Amino acid sequence: MQINNGLVYLIALPLAGAAILLLAGRRSDKWGHIFATLMSASSFAVGLLQLSQMLARPAEERAVEQKLFEWISVGSFQVDAGLLLDQLSICFVLLITGVGTLIHIYSVAYMSHDKDRRRFFAYLNLFIAAMLLLVLGNSFLNLYVGWEGVGLASYLLIGFWNQKPAYATASKKAFIMNRVGDMGLSFAIMIAFATLGTVSFAGIKEAAPEASTASLTAIGIMLLVAATGKSAQFPLQAWLGDAMAGPTPVSALIHAATMVTAGVYLITRSNFIFDAAPTAQLLVVIVGAITLLFGAIIGTAKDDIKKALAASTMSQIGYMILGAGLGPVGYAFAIMHLITHGFFKAGMFLGAGSVMHGMDDEVNMRKYGNLRKFMPITFVTFGLGYLAILGVPPFAGFYSKDMIIETAFNAGGIKGILLGSAALLGAGITAFYMTRVMILTFTGAPRWDEKALPHESPILMWLPMAILAIGSVTSGFLLSRGDALVHWLEPLFAEHGEHEELLKPIVVTSLALLMVAIGVAIAFLKYSRSEVSRTAPEDVSLLTKIVRRDLLQDDFNEAIFMRPGQALTSTLVKTDEMVIDGAVRGIGSAALSSAGALRTSQTGFVRSYAALILIGAVALIAAIWVVTQ
Amino acid sequence: MTFTAPVLNYTILSPMLIILAGALIGVIIEAFVSKAFRPLVQLILTLGTLLLALVQVFRIRGTESVTAAMGSVIFDGPGFLLQAAILIISIISVFLIADNENFTALAAAIPGSVEEQESIQQGNKVTEVFPLTLFAVAGMLLFPISSDLITLFVALEMLSLPLYLMAGLSRRRRLLSQEAALKYFLLGAFSSAFFLFGAAYLYGYSGDITFAGIRDSVVGGSGNDIFLLIGIAFVSIGLLFKVGAVPFHAWSPDVYQGAPTAVTAFMAAATKVAAFGAMLRIYYTVFANAQWSWTPLLSGIAIITMLFGSFVAIAQRDVKRMLAYSSIAHAGFLLAGVIALNKAGLSASIFYLFAYGVATVGAFAVVTLVRDSAGEVTDLNRWTGLGKRSPWVASVFAFFLLAFAGIPLTSGFIGKFSIFSAAYESGAKAVVIAGVLSSAIAAFFYIRVIVLMFFTDSHEDATTVVIPSVLTRITVIFSFVITVALGVYPAPLIDFINKFATFIR
Repeated sequence: MQINNGLVYLIALPLAGAAILLLAGRRSDKWGHIFATLMSASSFAVGLLQLSQMLARPAEERAVEQKLFEWISVGSFQVDAGLLLDQLSICFVLLITGVGTLIHIYSVAYMSHDKDRRRFFAYLNLFIAAMLLLVLGNSFLNLYVGWEGVGLASYLLIGFWNQKPAYATASKKAFIMNRVGDMGLSFAIMIAFATLGTVSFAGIKEAAPEASTASLTAIGIMLLVAATGKSAQFPLQAWLGDAMAGPTPVSALIHAATMVTAGVYLITRSNFIFDAAPTAQLLVVIVGAITLLFGAIIGTAKDDIKKALAASTMSQIGYMILGAGLGPVGYAFAIMHLITHGFFKAGMFLGAGSVMHGMDDEVNMRKYGNLRKFMPITFVTFGLGYLAILGVPPFAGFYSKDMIIETAFNAGGIKGILLGSAALLGAGITAFYMTRVMILTFTGAPRWDEKALPHESPILMWLPMAILAIGSVTSGFLLSRGDALVHWLEPLFAEHGEHEELLKPIVVTSLALLMVAIGVAIAFLKYSRSEVSRTAPEDVSLLTKIVRRDLLQDDFNEAIFMRPGQALTSTLVKTDEMVIDGAVRGIGSAALSSAGALRTSQTGFVRSYAALILIGAVALIAAIWVVTQ
Repeated sequence: MTFTAPVLNYTILSPMLIILAGALIGVIIEAFVSKAFRPLVQLILTLGTLLLALVQVFRIRGTESVTAAMGSVIFDGPGFLLQAAILIISIISVFLIADNENFTALAAAIPGSVEEQESIQQGNKVTEVFPLTLFAVAGMLLFPISSDLITLFVALEMLSLPLYLMAGLSRRRRLLSQEAALKYFLLGAFSSAFFLFGAAYLYGYSGDITFAGIRDSVVGGSGNDIFLLIGIAFVSIGLLFKVGAVPFHAWSPDVYQGAPTAVTAFMAAATKVAAFGAMLRIYYTVFANAQWSWTPLLSGIAIITMLFGSFVAIAQRDVKRMLAYSSIAHAGFLLAGVIALNKAGLSASIFYLFAYGVATVGAFAVVTLVRDSAGEVTDLNRWTGLGKRSPWVASVFAFFLLAFAGIPLTSGFIGKFSIFSAAYESGAKAVVIAGVLSSAIAAFFYIRVIVLMFFTDSHEDATTVVIPSVLTRITVIFSFVITVALGVYPAPLIDFINKFATFIR
């Protein structure tokens, strides 16, 4: 593989940005935000340069590597800190730095009233660096460093306004649930090392064909656990909604476009493991299918615009996980959906931020209404994102989501029908809740608070939104034209044979559009025809109540994990105090009293010391006599 | 009868000759240099002599000789390492001795007499302590490189006699100090008698006093084994007395407490290196083939020593006594290195001796700093809350205690680990188990002092920490740095020791 020593700059630039801003402290308050944005933009420029070089090379020589330093060298365990840039990672590099830079620009205006803006930008740079390390690491261990790094950045940014206890709790919740997933990743790495003797992607890919299915399945399941944690998939999904406590640009960048898709990256990157472990792969599609429905259903009952979008993110990542679980035929579509989703969801989050900016930080959609008159640009960019997520042709989501639904149907047998139907149903529910968001926010009669003075956001905010909106319109078409992305990624994945088609593509597309139309229609009937109340109605069915409680995800976690966990720890503390400390104290006091007794042998009289020596000598002679007899 | 010119081989003897020359010049200075200049001149002379000897020791490293001083001195790798360790420890101890105001003004004056008062008023100082130190160092240098029993005995007395005197030089609580010195002398003489008695038995066994001759008899196995065994036992008593192994330890708490703290530091660190050096040579070369007879005895003593030292230290209320018992426990750990009887054991023992010696001097140096109006305070009850009043001094002391306890990232951990693994390798499992157990017990009282200093509210009659002088500061910092460095990155020293640690015969 070719060596390219420029890869490190991708990470080094934003990392330096974070370090400088954090170390310089208040001194950099004046220029910190611009500096951080420049760092992110330079990293994007390096990414573009790398892409142009990559395009100049033939398909099989596109991947390049850079060894940074010898990291761990213990006996047979050798790990270098190394970077790998191939067709898959370049997609992520450009998405992270590109969308990241736009969000930096947006934040300059969005955070302009926050006195801690510099710290915010330092964390954003830190996140960019960590995320790039995640996608550029050439081994699972290097990836793990980035994986933990983005977890840290996410924690810091969710709790950025940690003066509010609820926000601090939200960041803690996100961090702890992510730890569960992180344990999965570390177990996967340990199993890989124990059974395959290596943790590098290349090494594992080479060793995988000879490895036992059992160990590959174990690695695969552990990787899936990791993916569910980071990507907010069932059953580790509960943190994402609370993570909306962070500033909105953070939600757009970390909790929509990039970090939460790390699980999809992980599964796609480990394709050689999942291809050889069908059980693990089956679990992946099950998780994906459950989450896409779970997230969509939660989305229907959310009145908080950001939480509705968060639920939608969960659901869309469910699609990606589903796609990635469908094997070689699905990886490219998962990545395509990831990229298009990166555009339209980031755009919509920024739109939500723009709305909040104009509405005095109000997030309750029931207190919006008729905003299209006052925020035309936000309305248009958000609307384009809306069309994209629905999958209306020719917007971006149409190409990517449709392909996943189609591939799901073609998975074969009952499995294919179930997965395809779930994906189809999800598309319908998506249409419903997104239409609901549109109607409640931008149309109808105004239901604002008195002090609200809706106005359009400054150019620094709407320009990134506009650029992302262009992406929401065109990215799908561009990526799928002539199967561009599929061919681009082809060298990475195993060959896949032709599948027999359960349904013709045109049938699937028609069915999907029909579902979308039904969803939109129901939403119109329910919210556009009648007056929307400013408070959520209380006299609703039990089902609605359950959905409003996030399908009881928190109640479940609290009942099954938290309370027994608390009981366990308090028991352990008691045991520690009573049994272990008691034993230690007992031994201590016993030692003290016996020491006191022995101490009396020290009389201070030289005659007794001499006697002691004599006794010792006699004892030695006696011992010798015993030994020699 | 023809007269053969004696082969002396001055190169090998040069470090000791330098020290003895320095000591003699010191005596002359006592006679001729005026009182005002004496302390400074003596200090410069002593340090210069020690440094010169250290340089000389390094210059002759790698030489191996069995013929020096008519075959009564043997020089080899371990000899070099031990001499270097003794000299380094002596240098940092001399800093303490020079700095210390705890020496009496006139040693010959009766405590509380008019003479003493006058002497104090005149500002007299016992600068004799410097030549005495040098004489003791010369004996210590000779001790581990002696190659016959007579030279060994001479070296033993040469290092002991100055120490007996120095132990009695304390400025305050002079009666206690003099009592300690007398006890030390009486018991030392008693144990020397045992040593000589054992030497006589060994001569009776082999008809030779040289180590080589005795070893040949042991290998040949021709002599009377009972003679050999009694000889080994009694010679061992002499040596075990010097290192303070149970049941020959009784002098050490009293002497450690009574002697001026600087002398205690020197005695505890340097004597231990010299005495263990001699033990290692004798057991590794002379008695190696009679291993069956002495290993069980020495193992028993090691186990009792470790456990007794650790246990009794718990009950101590005086920091110097506590360190004395800790030193007894450490003698037990070091005996494990003697019992190991393999190359790893030898290297580990030498490493341990150096690391322990340096940490000991550092710890006693800190003890000299904690005072009240009447002088040093060694009562542990009055050390409470020291961490709040003088965080640096308390932290450094805590670090030395952690090193004694063998906590990782200190030299003590590396030393204990290597010495126990060497002993385990050679099959002395019981010793290792007892060693680990008593380490755990020992941690109890080391950490208790740390708790006392940092987590206990201070007494009303609180002590103060004096601002250390440059000399003491050098000693503390040097000991601290070495203790950290050997804990974090011990590889260079271990490699260096491994390169030299082979006895020639």
